Amino acid sequence: MKHKEQQPEQPTEAPQSYIEVIDFHKSFGEKKVHDGVSFYVRKGECLGLIGGSGTGKSVLLRTLVGLEKPDQGKVMVDGIDIGPMNERQLIDIRKKVAYAFQGGALFDSMTVYENLAYPLREHFQLSEKEISDQILSQLEEFGLDSGTHRLFPGSLSGGMQKRVGLARAMMMHPEVVLYDEPTAGLDPYNTKKIQESILKLKAKGVTSILVTHDMPTVYAVCDKVALLQNGRISEQYTIDKLKQEPSGAMTEFINGESA
Amino acid sequence: MLTLMKPLTSFTIEMLHFLGGIGYLTRDIFRELFKSRIYWRLLIEQIYQVGMRSAPLIVVTAVSVGMVMSLQFGLGLEKFGGKMYVPKLLAVTILREMGPMFTSLMLAARVGAGIASEIGSMVVTQQIDAIRALGTSPIRKIVLPRVLACLIALPILCAVTNIVANAGGLIIGAVELKLDPGFYLLKVLSTSNVSDYLSGFGKTFFFALFIAIPACYFGLNVKNGTKEVGIATTKAVVVSSILILVGDFFISKVFWMVEKLL
Ligand SMILES: Nc1ncnc2c1ncn2[C@@H]1O[C@H](COP(=O)(O)OP(=O)(O)OP(=O)(O)O)[C@@H](O)[C@H]1O
Ligand SMILES: [Mg+2]
Repeated sequence: MKHKEQQPEQPTEAPQSYIEVIDFHKSFGEKKVHDGVSFYVRKGECLGLIGGSGTGKSVLLRTLVGLEKPDQGKVMVDGIDIGPMNERQLIDIRKKVAYAFQGGALFDSMTVYENLAYPLREHFQLSEKEISDQILSQLEEFGLDSGTHRLFPGSLSGGMQKRVGLARAMMMHPEVVLYDEPTAGLDPYNTKKIQESILKLKAKGVTSILVTHDMPTVYAVCDKVALLQNGRISEQYTIDKLKQEPSGAMTEFINGESA
Repeated sequence: MLTLMKPLTSFTIEMLHFLGGIGYLTRDIFRELFKSRIYWRLLIEQIYQVGMRSAPLIVVTAVSVGMVMSLQFGLGLEKFGGKMYVPKLLAVTILREMGPMFTSLMLAARVGAGIASEIGSMVVTQQIDAIRALGTSPIRKIVLPRVLACLIALPILCAVTNIVANAGGLIIGAVELKLDPGFYLLKVLSTSNVSDYLSGFGKTFFFALFIAIPACYFGLNVKNGTKEVGIATTKAVVVSSILILVGDFFISKVFWMVEKLL
């Protein structure tokens, strides 16, 4: 464990990186999930993160909002290492970095409306009119009809819950959005709508990491792709390069020839 | 010998975990209490959940306890011609011990279990993580309103128990023991004093913490799925009940010493 600390801490190749993970290690009990993951994302960029089920993609995103602590290594957001931060200090990070949970993670005792209002009420001083305007336009943005806001999460379909979760994560106008399989379980029309929303945010300069198994979405919205394998980033390509030279472990993974 | 050591060490470790966890949680609760604003709407909602919704259960328990104690005291004392001491004895026992004790135990069963399973389910469905990820604190949003609601509701419920249980005693006193109701009431009011009441009342604040904090702790520490929610609920009720029963002795002892000094 000790010898790793002597490695250079700041890779020189990433001068304007907004998110940077350096030599990240994470285990759960005996089970080692991450074994030296390093990558960076520049401001306004979108990184596609792919990898087999259970390789630790969700854990990685959770670490980037401070829901999990790294065992070793640095997790930098906007130049600050968030690893050693306590819950109080993390609040400011969490206002900037939105995490769209894989399963939606909606508050099931609240209506869709109250779910979406939650971050607004907590962090902004808004009138009820402003809140309701923002919520209704957000619902439309994610292809949910306006009656949805009165329902409880329990009476929504899985795909709808997912979209409400995405909508909630984006209520706070974050600078970074971490998408955890945003298009899984959605029909082609809604998949396209999600892609459009991601692109719209990207155009506004939002930095993002997209965890997904849905390659068309990666091709549509990402600037680069990284493959998480055996606890490390085994390969990384820009989208253009991936389109041009189909070879290597990533292509095998995409074509379903390896896990 | 070795076979005995293993469960013993794992029990000790679990115990230390529990004590440490409770310590940290209590510290966080007090920090949040004094540092940040309180969500009044959530607090009022919880007081309704904890207080109002427990009231019927508490009333039924209190009447039954009062009636059965009155009957037993009456039967016991009748042999010595001491029936007229029933009101005094009953009132003091209820005010000092049985009122707070039964109210707290019923609340531990009803509210403690509710809190632990609700928070546990929120952990399993990642709602607690969502609260954190949205830049808010589960301690402030979830734990604090429940702890404060117990602290506010339990003393009030205990006062209800005191009144209702004595009324139950009076009914049995009049019907079964053939004591005059007017005499009974007069005896209760003239022989029990403020220190009797305060001694029981003071305990309820400790008991409220014994109910709410372990329930929140076990709920928050659910890890793997719904099965653990059930285990957490059971643990919360067992631990709260033990804390109330054992704590009662020590708190009574301390109060007793204080009363003597005054
Ligand atoms: N809290 C935890 N306790 C123990 N093990 C955990 C915990 N969280 C994650 N793991 C383990 O870490 C590994 C990675 O989990 P993770 O959810 O990040 O996978 P994933 O790459 O997101 O998979 P999927 O594509 O199926 O969503 C899994 O093997 C999982 O069992
Ligand atoms: Mg995942």
